[in-house]
Amino acid sequence: MMKTTTEILKEIRPEFDFSASNDFLADGMLDSFDMVTLVAALDKNYGISIRGTDILPENFQNLQTIETLLRNSGAKI
Amino acid sequence: MKLTFRRKRISGTLVVVPANERSFVADMKNFNFPESRSLKLKEVMGFNKRRVVGPGVCVSDLAVFGLEHLFERGWLKRDEIDGLTVVTQTPDYLIPGTSCVIHGRLGLKQNVFCMDISQACTGFVMGLIQTFMLLEQESVKKVVLINSDVLSRKVSPQDRNIYPLVGDACSITVLERDPEDSVVHAAVKVDGSRAGALTIPAGGMRQPHTPETAELEDAGDGNLRAKDHLFMDGAAIFNFVQTEVPPMIEGLLAHVGAAMDSVDYFLCHQPNRFMLEKLADKMKIPHAKMPNSVVEHFGNNSGVTIPTVMAFNLRERLLHEKFRVCLAGFGAGLTWAGMLLNIGKFDFNTIIEYK
Repeated sequence: MMKTTTEILKEIRPEFDFSASNDFLADGMLDSFDMVTLVAALDKNYGISIRGTDILPENFQNLQTIETLLRNSGAKI
Repeated sequence: MKLTFRRKRISGTLVVVPANERSFVADMKNFNFPESRSLKLKEVMGFNKRRVVGPGVCVSDLAVFGLEHLFERGWLKRDEIDGLTVVTQTPDYLIPGTSCVIHGRLGLKQNVFCMDISQACTGFVMGLIQTFMLLEQESVKKVVLINSDVLSRKVSPQDRNIYPLVGDACSITVLERDPEDSVVHAAVKVDGSRAGALTIPAGGMRQPHTPETAELEDAGDGNLRAKDHLFMDGAAIFNFVQTEVPPMIEGLLAHVGAAMDSVDYFLCHQPNRFMLEKLADKMKIPHAKMPNSVVEHFGNNSGVTIPTVMAFNLRERLLHEKFRVCLAGFGAGLTWAGMLLNIGKFDFNTIIEYK
């Protein structure tokens, strides 16, 4: 059963409401290790491998940038 | 920079790891992070067990222990060593070089070319290159390459960025002339402008150690470390590896005219499982051809990771078979280097414990 990106984010940092932020990193909701955990979860969920060179803070800023990253990585969403 | 060597071979590898084992789960309570987040990280990165030295144990202790082991078993003779190359960034002393310390403790002959190279995670490939250069001399028949670091003594236990991944070890690799007409190809790259991404700020001449440099400071990201401790900008290093290493490897193979699938194994430095899987995916290399389990069993032991892969993942096979391998090291400097060569039919290839 495929999860949504919001559900995956909630599993990593259950204490935050990700729909209420437009900059997860600036708001202290994700750090670089959380990004790594998120990429591994997204890879598994969508059956893709996000390129290592795309693991950049600007691609994990908010739900829209993560969705763009997923599409560019071949995810069918 | 591209380099070529002829008629040179590795004839054996011994890895010395401390018997003292630490577990990531036991260390988690030191970190200023919820355990659930640390456990997720453990799963992705492959952090589990690592080997670290006890108080006061130095590079020369591990190296002398390993070399005496080789002498006792007759795998190497004391008087046939013509060169001793030591690659470390955690030397016993500022002066003298650790190669001279090891030379003295072993009672080697005076006609030995001793040299120390300050390299870390690129150190195995860099050490091979320097040692192959030494073997170009007619008077040099056999050289011992020692890679070793005891970096666990220089990391903050309250720095989750680096403490869970660092392991200590020493590898002893014997190099000599190859009776076969073998060819070794290498590539080396350096970008000193990014040196600050992986550094120990204090303890050298630029910022000598003082009581103040030993004080833990809040790094602003939940981690505490002192200026005497190893600092790593994890995001910058990750991006560096993903950006620079694939073109270096692809460029080396293209230069030689070797296809990617002609290589049996890609034996890379082992920072963590996630980084290596991403590297393999980027170069479309099957994960089985790029082993990534060293960090899980031993920790990231700096310049010793590639010999550890040889001795841990390919132990018996390297005694009886030959493989075409591509080595890749990357790290402090920043430096990154690759080497394409045939290895195998080793005289010895094993791991022993230092107690």
